[in-house]
Amino acid sequence: MKAQHRLTAILLAAAGLLIMPLILQGFGNAWVRIADMALLYVLLALGLNIVVGYAGLLDLGYVAFFAIGAYMFGLLASPHLSDTFAALAAAFPHGLHTPLWLALPLGAALAGFFGVLLGAPTLRLRGDYLAIVTLGFGEIIRVFLNNLDQPVNLTNGPKGLGQIDSIKVFGLDLGKKLSVGGFELASVTLYYYLFLLLVVVSVIICHRLELSRIGRAWMAIREDETAAKSMGINTRNLKLLAFGMGATFGGVSGAMFAAFQGFISPESFSLMESVMIVAMVVLGGIGHLPGVILGAVLLAALPEVLRYVAGPLQAMTGGRLDASILRQLLIALAMISIMLLRPHGLWPAPTHGKSLRKKGSHS
Amino acid sequence: MDILLQQIINGLVLGSMYALVALGYTMVYGIINLINFAHGEVLMVGALTSWTVIGLMQDATPWAPGWLILLLSMLIACVVAGTLNFVIEKVAYRPLRNSPKLAPLITAIGMSILLQTLAMILWKPNYKSYPTLLPSTPIHVGGALITPTQILILGLTALSLAVLMWLVHATKLGRAMRATSENPRVAALMGVQPDRVISATFVIGAVLAAIAGVMWAANYGTVQHSMGFLPGLKAFTAAVFGGIGNLGGAVVGGLLLGLIESIGAGYIGDLTGGVLGSNYADIFAFIVLIVVLTLRPSGLLGERVADRA
Repeated sequence: MKAQHRLTAILLAAAGLLIMPLILQGFGNAWVRIADMALLYVLLALGLNIVVGYAGLLDLGYVAFFAIGAYMFGLLASPHLSDTFAALAAAFPHGLHTPLWLALPLGAALAGFFGVLLGAPTLRLRGDYLAIVTLGFGEIIRVFLNNLDQPVNLTNGPKGLGQIDSIKVFGLDLGKKLSVGGFELASVTLYYYLFLLLVVVSVIICHRLELSRIGRAWMAIREDETAAKSMGINTRNLKLLAFGMGATFGGVSGAMFAAFQGFISPESFSLMESVMIVAMVVLGGIGHLPGVILGAVLLAALPEVLRYVAGPLQAMTGGRLDASILRQLLIALAMISIMLLRPHGLWPAPTHGKSLRKKGSHS
Repeated sequence: MDILLQQIINGLVLGSMYALVALGYTMVYGIINLINFAHGEVLMVGALTSWTVIGLMQDATPWAPGWLILLLSMLIACVVAGTLNFVIEKVAYRPLRNSPKLAPLITAIGMSILLQTLAMILWKPNYKSYPTLLPSTPIHVGGALITPTQILILGLTALSLAVLMWLVHATKLGRAMRATSENPRVAALMGVQPDRVISATFVIGAVLAAIAGVMWAANYGTVQHSMGFLPGLKAFTAAVFGGIGNLGGAVVGGLLLGLIESIGAGYIGDLTGGVLGSNYADIFAFIVLIVVLTLRPSGLLGERVADRA
């Protein structure tokens, strides 16, 4: 019986998720766009959850991997590089349009490589020392993106990269709308389905990881690194693996983001963005997949929805509070009150086998 | 040579402001193991409060000398910031004392956004010029220049540090603070009231941040609701650099960070043959931090603490 209920629930949710953009589309593409961004954030939050939630490594610079993925894709699939380097322009007279199947893995791999690169020197660091180093790493990447327009114009500096190719899979260009039997699917709706697919694949990967030997080892490290080590867990390799995997997720989301927006600039990859992703993971329920997804959807979609709702409120207060201020105010209040009311997150992982924790002293 | 001396002076001035803010981070961390993300915002509130007070006083008492106005505004800023931090701790951190470690971090981030937004509503989002209240003619010191404001910053930092050291090492409250940071439970058994000690720590940290905020504003001449972010971030870096939880470490970390940034920004162009410019100054601190932490995982003066999971 129970399994049957579960199956019905999953099928209903799946149907709802598949139909949602078609309904939203009726209200305007801006609403589908919000859903797209929410899905991208879910992807990011799932990736960070591997690092913070499973392995217990607080990463405050996660957006750097998002940026690396986005810039890798942006450089490979925009006219920027061939405009800058004459040699490239000669080799690719129509501009550099690397196919998705090459650009995406490259972006993901580069992000993963940087994840391991960041992980390696920080292996000995614990807790908040790690937090500050990752934060610094995020800032370093952002400053480089901002300033690498000279001596060689690699990233185009604060002006960012434009005209990035949209995603083309199996002859289908997601950047253009598609008509199926007289029904029109907007470009944003097509992206919605792509991102949804990616999220589903990621959830499956994460879920399998959680139950695997690797996942259990990560959680052992999170609970007590010294004990994990003495149990024969190779903490060095597993921590590096967590960093690398988390970063790869970030890289894929970044590439998707670049293709979806068609334009990227260092501004999108600020420290605040990293902080928000951490907030999503913690607010939803750290280390628990449904919680993480809930947190990401909530924090990503809420501000956008509020932007539309805030209009009337703004009129009520005589225009003193403009929409963006109000939005920020509500996010801050939501973060504080949710944490105060539910310190373990909105949808925390069920606690089993943690009875020792209650008796022991905590610091 | 003159340039080097000038950069050293600038670095020390910058570093002493970092040190004041870093002390607040490190004291709070030492006692409840929390990165108080809203600390930079306390600095901002201090600076903006003093800006308002100065504006009011210049209208009400035009005869008052500049230094008096600055001093009074700083005192009021300290009181406001102290009260604010007291309330923040009570509302946002105290209820989460026994929660998972990341929960108070998120409320701290929320507080930081909340304070910035409230300040934006209260003080309007534009940049405000902070009046010059001290004589602005620089003094020559062996080929380099130093302004009276900078001298004040150095002097005030030294004074605050002396008072703080006395407070922590020679008073009853200080002993209670040290005991609580070592072990709150045992301290409570010895008659210390950890809650009161923690409140006191937050108030002291806020007063130091407010002093730093007023100095920052007086030195750079502008105030705005987002001004707390960068000093907060750098001071946090300084605190970790020196070994978080260690008062001396925060001071050393702050001063070193200031020097590294200022000298680094001055010479990076020459060192790299003009490839990297001074716009990389902001990441200099982080690169040094990463190198130092790789070699000494608990900071320059940090002790090797046993892991408390």
